[in-house]
Amino acid sequence: MNDEIVREFLVESKENLDSLDRELVHLEGDPRNRDTLASIFRTIHTIKGTCSFLGFTKLESVAHVGENLLSKLRDGELELSSAITTALLAMVDAIRQMLDSIESSGSEGERNDKALIDTLVALQQGTGAAPPNASTAASGDAIVRQPLAADPSAEPIGELPVAPDTATQRADAQPATERRDGDPTRIGETLAEHGSVKLQDAAESLPAQQAARGSVSEASIRVDVGLLDKLMNLVGELVLARNQIVQFTNTVEDSNLIAPSQRLNLITTELQEGVMKTRMQPIGNIWSKFPRTVRDVAVSCGKLVRIEMEGKETELDKTIIESIKDPLTHLVRNAVDHGIEAPEQRAAAGKPAEGRLFLRAYHEGGQVNIEITDDGKGLDCERIRRKAVERGLIPADQAARMSEREIANLIFLPGFSTAEKVTNVSGRGVGMDVVKTNIEKIGGTVDVQSKVGTGTTVKMKIPLTLAIIPALIVTSGGDRYAIPQVSLLELVRIEEEEAKTAIEYVHRAPVYRLRGHLLPLVYLNDALKIGDQTNDRKRDRAVNIIVLQADDRQFGLVVDEINDTEEIVVKPLGKQLKSVNTFAGATIMGDGKVALILDVMGLAQQANVISESRDRSIAEKDAAASKEAGVGRKQTFLLFRTGKDNRMAVELSLVARLEEFTTDKIETAGDHRVVQYRGKIMPLVHVSEALNATQAAAASSDAGTIQVVVYSENGRSIGLVVDHILDIVEETVAAQHSSKRSGLLGSAIIQQHVTNLVDVRGLIRTTIPAFFDHPSVGEEQRQ
Amino acid sequence: MTKTRQLCTFFADGQFFGVPVQQVQEVIRYQEMTRVPLVPPVVRGLINLRGQIVVAIDLRRRLELSDRAEGQLPMNVIVRTADGAVSLLVDEIGDVLEVEEDTFEGPPETLQAASRELVLGVHKLANHLLLVLDTEKAVNGIENGSLRSGAEV
Repeated sequence: MNDEIVREFLVESKENLDSLDRELVHLEGDPRNRDTLASIFRTIHTIKGTCSFLGFTKLESVAHVGENLLSKLRDGELELSSAITTALLAMVDAIRQMLDSIESSGSEGERNDKALIDTLVALQQGTGAAPPNASTAASGDAIVRQPLAADPSAEPIGELPVAPDTATQRADAQPATERRDGDPTRIGETLAEHGSVKLQDAAESLPAQQAARGSVSEASIRVDVGLLDKLMNLVGELVLARNQIVQFTNTVEDSNLIAPSQRLNLITTELQEGVMKTRMQPIGNIWSKFPRTVRDVAVSCGKLVRIEMEGKETELDKTIIESIKDPLTHLVRNAVDHGIEAPEQRAAAGKPAEGRLFLRAYHEGGQVNIEITDDGKGLDCERIRRKAVERGLIPADQAARMSEREIANLIFLPGFSTAEKVTNVSGRGVGMDVVKTNIEKIGGTVDVQSKVGTGTTVKMKIPLTLAIIPALIVTSGGDRYAIPQVSLLELVRIEEEEAKTAIEYVHRAPVYRLRGHLLPLVYLNDALKIGDQTNDRKRDRAVNIIVLQADDRQFGLVVDEINDTEEIVVKPLGKQLKSVNTFAGATIMGDGKVALILDVMGLAQQANVISESRDRSIAEKDAAASKEAGVGRKQTFLLFRTGKDNRMAVELSLVARLEEFTTDKIETAGDHRVVQYRGKIMPLVHVSEALNATQAAAASSDAGTIQVVVYSENGRSIGLVVDHILDIVEETVAAQHSSKRSGLLGSAIIQQHVTNLVDVRGLIRTTIPAFFDHPSVGEEQRQ
Repeated sequence: MTKTRQLCTFFADGQFFGVPVQQVQEVIRYQEMTRVPLVPPVVRGLINLRGQIVVAIDLRRRLELSDRAEGQLPMNVIVRTADGAVSLLVDEIGDVLEVEEDTFEGPPETLQAASRELVLGVHKLANHLLLVLDTEKAVNGIENGSLRSGAEV
C-alpha cells in the first residue's frame, strides 16, 4: 500500500473530523440547515470512499451506515434529534480512533463497532427505510454506486462533481476514485454511466473544480513542523551571529563594515519575525473542538449551554497552543460541569435556562489574554474557605483574613475540590492545580474571579512565544545567567555605604525593606552554591537586588552584577539536567558562550521563598496598618508639606507611586479635578483643601507642576496633591494624640517636628465617597 | 572470514575505550564550558556546538576514576544518543580501529561497579585491551544523582 496516500488520507481525514464535530453541533442548533447537512454528508462520504479504496473495511462500514443515516436526514425523511446527533458524534469518535490506530500501527486495530452500527441503523430505520445492503458496501464500487442503489431517487452523488466547493474541500475524492484499481473511469463518467448526471454537466463542472483546486493549493502548502522548528533554530543561530557581528562593528569605524552590518541587523530581525509567524496558529484551532466538548458535557449532566467565542483569530506560537490545549479543555469542562447550573436552578434564579460560556482571547502588552467566562452560580467563597481549612491547605487564621478574590484563587491549590460528588467530568481534586502548573510552565499566569450567582471568569495571560524572549543578563560567581523579563518587577541598587544597614536579618534570613514591606532576599551565589559565599557578603560593596515575582510572592535576588537586557533564544537543556528545576533552559550569548536561564519559580522553591507562609494581601495589610498607626512600632513614612509649613506624613505602604503632573494636564470632570493617568481617569484630591487648611491649591497651580501621591485600591487610583514631598523616613512613632478631624489619624513627632498623620482612606472617603463603592469584578488587581 | 566492526577509540585515565563509530557524531578539541550549578559533578558543563547546547559529561568521573591533572584539557567525543547529542570528555583521542568481532569478550567478573554497568565488554587486541563503552548508559542514569548534590543546605 502506498504510505504516502495513507498519510495524506490521515491528515485530511483528521482535519475533516474536527470540522465534523463542529458542524454536527452547529446542526443540532439549526437542524434544517441544508448547507451544513450537505457538507457533513460530503465529508463522511469522502472518508468512506477513500477508506474503501485503501482497504480499511471496518472504517468503511462505520462510515457507511453513518452516511446512510445522513442521507435520510438530508432528504428530509428523518428529523435530527439529540439521539441522532449523539450517535453521529459517536461515529466520528470511532472513526477518529481507527484513524489513530492506522497512524500508529498501520491497521484499524481489533475492534467491534457492531453496537454503534446497530444504533445508527436503528436510527435510520426510524421512518421505516430499508436497511442498507451490507454486501454492497463491501464491494469496491461502493463509493459511487451504493447510495444510488440504496435510494435511486436521491442525488447524493450528483452534487459531488457539480458543486465546485465540493471539489475545493474534498479534492481527494476524485483522485481516490481515479486511482481505484487502476480504473481510469472518473467519477463524473461513472455517474454518467449510471444516468444520474449528464455527461455534459460533468464535463462542464470539471474545469471549475480543477481551477478551485489549483487556487487552494497555490495559496498554501503543508510544511512539516520539524522543518519549521529547524528553521527557527537556524534563525536563532543567525540572531546570535548577528549579535556578535554588531558587537564587533561597534568597535571599528569602517563604514564598509558598518553599513552591511546594519542591513544584516534589519534583515535578521525581519526574518526572525517572519519565521516566528510561520509558527503562529490561531487559537481558534483548539477552540473549534470546544462546541463538541461543551455539548457532550452539557448533555451528560443535563444542562443547556451555549458557547460563544471572541478573538478566535488571536495567534500564538504552536508550542504554546499545544501546551494550553489541555488546561483550556479542562477549564471549559469545569465551567459547564460546575459553573453553569441545571436549567431548573437557572430558571429559579431568574436566568435564562440556557447557560452561556464565553471564550475570549486578545492581545495585551505582548501577551495573549484568554478568558473563560460562565454565567453560572459562581464560586461559593465560604465553602472554599471552609474546605481549604478542613483540608489543611491553609491555616484558619490566614483564611479568615483573605479577601474573596484570594479565596477564589485557592481552587488552584493541589488537592482542592469542592464538588459534592465526583462526576466523570471533574471533582477529583486534580485538575485546577494541574491547569495552573501547566500555564505557569510556559510562563503564563492564571487567575479566577467570581461573583456568587453571577458567574466565574478564569483569566490566563500567556506569552506569545517561547522561542525568543527578552531577558535580563546578570553575573554571579563569574558566570552569566539570564532572567526572563516576565518575572522581573524592578531593580534596586544599594550603594556601598548603605549596604551594611539596608540589609537586615530576621534570624538568619536576609531581608530588605522595599517601600515599607519586607522583601526576602535570596543570594544567587548561595542558591546555586557557587562562589565564595561568605567572602562575597563581607565585602562591603554595592548590592544589586532584582525584585522578582514568583507565583504571588515577591523576593529579591541578589547578584554580583547586572549586565543588560537582551533578546535571548531559548534552548532546551539536555535530559541529564531536566531534574534541576532551577533552570528553564540555556541560551547562547553574543560571544558564543552558553548562559543558563533561571527559572524564577524553581529558584523561589529552591530558596524556600514560596513555602514561607506570609500574609500575601497588601490591601489588608494596608487596612491593618492604618488601624495600627498609633501603636509604637517602626514604620516608614512619606513626609510632605502642605501650605506653608504644615508637615504631613502618610505610611509609605499606602503609596502606590509618586508622580508629577504639569498643571495643564489637570482637567475637570463633574466637581472633581482629574488627570489622565495610565489610560484611566484619576481624580485629584488636594490634601490641604480636604483638610480645610490654607488655600494652597492656587499656589501650587502657579508652580507649573503638581506633586501627586498616588493611592490605588481595587485597580482604581486617586491622586493626593501635596505641595512638596520632603522625605521618606523610618520612625518609631510615639506620643501621638489622636485627632477628631476626619482625614487625620493624629499627630506625632517625626524628625523633631510635629507632623500630622494622614488617614488616606478617611480623607478619600470624605472627599470622593464613591471611590470605595463596588470594586468591579473585571478590574485588575494591583500587584 | 570473521566479521569486523569499527570503533572510535579514546583514552581516559590510561584505559583504552572504544565506541562504535556510528554512534559518534564528531570529535572536537577542548571547548570552553559553562558550569551548571546544582547538578552532579559528573556533568562538567554545557558547550556550544554550532548553536546546539550540549551537555558535557566527564567520562573519568562517570567511571569513578581519578580526576584529570590540573591543566590537562579534555577532548570532546560527541556521541549521538536517543535524546540528542551529548559530549563525553576524554583525555585523548585514539584512532578509528577495525576490530574483529571474535576478539570480543564480556566484562570480567571483577570489574568495579561503575565500570561494570557501562562497559559492554572487551576486545583483546595484540598489545592492549579495548573496553567497549555503552554510550546510552554512560549518558543516562545521571539525573537521579542530582538529588544527592542538590540537597538543602
